Amino acid sequence: MTGAPLPLASEPAGMRAWLLSPEPHSRWQARLGRFYLGWRSFSRNPLAVVGLGIVLLLILVAIFADVIAPYSPVTGGDLRTERLLPPSETFWLGTDDQARDIFSRIVHGSRVTLFIVVLVALIATPIGLLVGTVSGYLGGWVDTVLMRTTDIFLAFPRLILALAFVAALGPGIENAIIAIAITSWPPYARIARAETLMIRNSDFIAAVKLQGASTPRIILGHVVPLCLSSLIVRVTLDMAGIILTAAGLGFLGLGAQPPMPEWGAMVATGRNYLIDQWWVAAMPGIAIFVVSLGFNLLGDGLRDVLDPKAAK
Amino acid sequence: MVSAVVNQGGGHASALRSSLRNIAQFVIVLLTTLLGLAAVTFFIGRVVPIDPVIAIVGDRAPAQVYERVRQELGLDLPMAQQFWIYLKKAATGDFGNSVLTTNPVLTDIANTFPATLELATLGTLIGVILGIPLGILAAVKRGSFIDQFVRVLGLAGYSIPIFWLGLMGLLVFYAKLGWVAGPGRIDVTYSYLYTPVTNIVLLDTAMQGQWDAFWDAVSHIILPACLLGYFSLAYISRMTRSFMLNELAQEYVIAARVKGLSEMRVIWRHALRNAAVPLITVIALSYANLLEGSVLTETIFAWPGLGQYITNSLQNADMNAVLGGTLVIGTAFVLLNLVSDLLYRLLDPRTR
Repeated sequence: MTGAPLPLASEPAGMRAWLLSPEPHSRWQARLGRFYLGWRSFSRNPLAVVGLGIVLLLILVAIFADVIAPYSPVTGGDLRTERLLPPSETFWLGTDDQARDIFSRIVHGSRVTLFIVVLVALIATPIGLLVGTVSGYLGGWVDTVLMRTTDIFLAFPRLILALAFVAALGPGIENAIIAIAITSWPPYARIARAETLMIRNSDFIAAVKLQGASTPRIILGHVVPLCLSSLIVRVTLDMAGIILTAAGLGFLGLGAQPPMPEWGAMVATGRNYLIDQWWVAAMPGIAIFVVSLGFNLLGDGLRDVLDPKAAK
Repeated sequence: MVSAVVNQGGGHASALRSSLRNIAQFVIVLLTTLLGLAAVTFFIGRVVPIDPVIAIVGDRAPAQVYERVRQELGLDLPMAQQFWIYLKKAATGDFGNSVLTTNPVLTDIANTFPATLELATLGTLIGVILGIPLGILAAVKRGSFIDQFVRVLGLAGYSIPIFWLGLMGLLVFYAKLGWVAGPGRIDVTYSYLYTPVTNIVLLDTAMQGQWDAFWDAVSHIILPACLLGYFSLAYISRMTRSFMLNELAQEYVIAARVKGLSEMRVIWRHALRNAAVPLITVIALSYANLLEGSVLTETIFAWPGLGQYITNSLQNADMNAVLGGTLVIGTAFVLLNLVSDLLYRLLDPRTR
């Protein structure tokens, strides 16, 4: 087993480079091989690569925000002379009403956006995964109860439910994240359940059961990993929606609070100066658009690779 | 709708029984979902950190006044009993009074909902009228310029923040070009020319023959309606395209072509009729989504609808209004979903 090359000898040398990675585990190697194959079909889709590029750019900008941003995102310049300036060489995207450089704020805002997206995904995915797999695997009344609950959450329009939750919890970025996560998990639960229903009658599950594995072990160790790939696609496709909902909450003043450079809240500030200083509202909106477009393109590309049946 | 189900199954006893079972199932699903909606809003109302008693009496009220109001509100009762009272009240449409407007919440909702309905309906109409032909064209001329155009339109629709596009629309078409009127439903000068009957301004003004007021209302609604229409169009055209591609690959389409039918007839009469069934579901869903999208749109265009009502109440911690509004929009959402489901079953013989 160890170090045995995969039966893909006809693949080009690039593939070997992947297989000859320093990891000696054959399972790991197989994964790399699969990853490489996935990447090959992914990279054939130029739009998906653009999407990946945008998302990577977002991550890089978020990491190096301190280096990239020329000014502070929170403290502004001279209120008498540097307020609401149009885009220029010194202030690439202009300045806002507090004489802050909009470009620097957008750059730092990428951290806020990434923070929201990652946290929502980290909270909502496990909930959806657990509810869906348990519901699908156990069936019976557990299934009925869990799925009816899911349907109730699906029945609410997302933004409105998030609004109501934020109203209850109080405005703020943490509460916005919790509210969005609460409204995000139901579709994941549906998907995980559908996958589980297909998996649960397979022979290997029967084999594991005969070996005496407990139900939690079967669900966590054998069902959950197989549900992951379609769930990842769905979560990636959802990220644009998460960003838009978060920005909407920010725009309404219920998400990130000032002076945090959240893009939706920045658009809301710009609303007051829309007619004469359009750039204050326009620039952060473009940032939201580009990033959600990136996630949409990436999600489409991932779906084509991981879930070819769904792609049309 | 429900009677139609019975009529169709009327001839055969078994068909009747199965449609009755469908209706029973439909009602059970509806009731449990509505119960769940009420439970969620009730729960949200209880965890809210705002003390509803203080919201009414103020924080300087003496202890006995506080206690009396607390008992009047039923807050000293056990949770389950409170929920039961809440349910009974919600069933009769009693969501309490709005702190902000001092009206009963239901009155406020009745006043604001027509405005939302007007906007969402017009938006859906725009989306359907433009989106379906675009989707069909994209499917028929697959890979062509129009196909790429629909793809880009759809992608943008899924990625653009609606509030930002609305602001940019105001900037360009109202502030710079002056093509449309600004925020609001109608200019103040026209607002006294008609009596609100349905609260749908376009209908009211047209029925009372106030055409100047009507055209003013049109110039107000056109931009937000186009904005919502665009998001509806993005969704509908994309779905139409994929349904049509599905149908055009079927054998009956080949058969129709072999018979020598014109391409127009094949596409519009044969393929579209079959694609129409799932499309109805999509249109109902997009309508439901517009009810949601109206929250942000109404805020931007100062449109006095339910969305603006909810956000205003939210910013003033007026929980009765927020939860009442949420429950009403949630109910509308559920009903639209179920109706589309029912229509689907009615129109598609394969699902029977």
